[in-house]
Amino acid sequence: MANHTEQVRRTVLSGSGFVYWRRKISNTLFTVLFSSSILIVLLPLLLIVGYLFYKGASSVNLNFFIHRPAPVGEIGGGMGNAIIGSLYVVGLASAMGIPIGLLGGIYLGEFPHSKLSTVTRFVADVLNGTPSIVTGVFAYTVVVLPMKSFSAIAGGFALGVMMIPTIIRTTDEMLQTVPTSIREASLALGVPYWRTVLSVVLRSAKSGIVTGILLAVARVLGETAPLLFTSFNNAFYSYSLSEPISTLPVQIFNYAISPYRDWHRQAWAGALVLVMAILIVNMGVRAFSKQKYEHTL
Amino acid sequence: MALEIQDVPALQSPELKFEKRTFVRPDNVFKLVVGMFAFVVIVLLVWLGLQLYLSSQLAFHNLGFWGFIKGTTWDPVTGVFGALPFIYGTLVTSFVSLLIATPLGVGTAIFLAELSPKWLRRLLQPLVELLAGIPSVVYGLWGIFVLSPLMAMTVEPFLQDAFGYLPFFKGYPLGIGMLTASLILAIMIVPFIISVSTEVLSTVPVPLKEGMYALGATRWETVKRVSLPFAKSGISGSIVLALARALGETMAVTMVIGNTPKMSLSLLDPGYSMAAVIANEFTEATTSSYLSALVAVAFILLLITLIVNGAARWLIWRTTQSR
Repeated sequence: MANHTEQVRRTVLSGSGFVYWRRKISNTLFTVLFSSSILIVLLPLLLIVGYLFYKGASSVNLNFFIHRPAPVGEIGGGMGNAIIGSLYVVGLASAMGIPIGLLGGIYLGEFPHSKLSTVTRFVADVLNGTPSIVTGVFAYTVVVLPMKSFSAIAGGFALGVMMIPTIIRTTDEMLQTVPTSIREASLALGVPYWRTVLSVVLRSAKSGIVTGILLAVARVLGETAPLLFTSFNNAFYSYSLSEPISTLPVQIFNYAISPYRDWHRQAWAGALVLVMAILIVNMGVRAFSKQKYEHTL
Repeated sequence: MALEIQDVPALQSPELKFEKRTFVRPDNVFKLVVGMFAFVVIVLLVWLGLQLYLSSQLAFHNLGFWGFIKGTTWDPVTGVFGALPFIYGTLVTSFVSLLIATPLGVGTAIFLAELSPKWLRRLLQPLVELLAGIPSVVYGLWGIFVLSPLMAMTVEPFLQDAFGYLPFFKGYPLGIGMLTASLILAIMIVPFIISVSTEVLSTVPVPLKEGMYALGATRWETVKRVSLPFAKSGISGSIVLALARALGETMAVTMVIGNTPKMSLSLLDPGYSMAAVIANEFTEATTSSYLSALVAVAFILLLITLIVNGAARWLIWRTTQSR
């Protein structure tokens, strides 16, 4: 028995023998496979970003930002109205999503074990998994049908519903990481509980909460599906709540499936601008969370 | 002797007691207000489900719930609505995309969690997140103008040469169809598999792995015998979560799937998905039965994603519990 173990030990350690080589080769093989899978995953990213610059960069100029779409056959025009429309609709969505998400999140974070919190947390996760097109259909039936018109407010409602789960869950998690001692210190100074939450707890969780809000904004900024039949589209500059409004993603979609070369060119330019905008918001997120990290150190 | 309440006359005055009883405490108001906002979320989901259910009654009324699901004809002109071609297209593209994305996603997660040095992981993980941040419509744009010509010229003819005898690769290589849609979907869902799986793999206790290494195991043997079994249900959870994303994905699929409501065994043929039919036809729905049929498709899509998401959460929850 002892002799046998010794033999195995020698075979394994001596660097020769069938078992040793088989194990070594399979180890190398799988290391190579795993390492190459990340390259395959990142290849599309490289291709997409590369094509965005290759096809879109030359069309991104001042005209693109200030002009509205030109009629078919006319060269030129831009996506100025769509860019403003996107900001407008996302602004409306934030006006709905941020208060509900933030205040609801305060409840979840401050009373984490209550029955309402448990249920709301689950519901928020379910809402987060709901396909965006389904949210769009919901917005259509409750806003567009009663108003009898596509409208900016319907688009804002659809995106607002989509923002809530992200904001409520990050606020919840962030408040729960605030140490109890901070709350107790404030309460011990005679500050009422509600004031403690609003001025002390929220403030110490600020960067995490802002991160959550920015993530939610970045997510809905690129959403197309729920806007197709809520805010619809508009060839003109529009600032009315109750009228259809053009948004950047919808405009990209309409141009992409059109048969005109000039519109394809503009679709690429729009996509480049959209991805850059989302990238900037995401970088803002990173800056914020980094700030928080350095602060705690 | 300690001072008792009855020793202090001021504390016994009836006014004080009276005041104490009727005083509306701001803290309770605060709790009530934030609690109401938490409750709004529940109301919103119930309202969403109810609204879709009620608005789809007309479609279910004509054929019955199962009749609507099993119907293979979708003809708005004659008013015959059956959702099966869309359900088929959604399920096929989602499962094929999982077949592509799962090995890549889990492999990448193993690389990030077990093999890569810390600095490389810190460099690569934001790039993976960036892949998740690219909007669906941009994937679609790239799919139409870059991926689909590539599929038509090289990938699909190659597949036909090599596996043309299989029913999955019959037909004409159009570049637009279920295979291209699945490929785009795979690119879009792989970041979800990677981020959750990497996180789960990072929770594998280091002493377990050290034990394996101390016994002389190679890295791959440690991954295979310790890390993967430990993270098994968490990784399955991430895959199911990615499936839920794929089922509901709209724009990119709409732009490359071909939008033809027929069921074909061949992946090269064009198809249609539930989300795509809603996106394409919702603004064209002029009659109330047409509109109701589209809402019914949305309702079925909601039900399917609810079930899949529930399964995913349960799987992930089980891993975190066992930890």
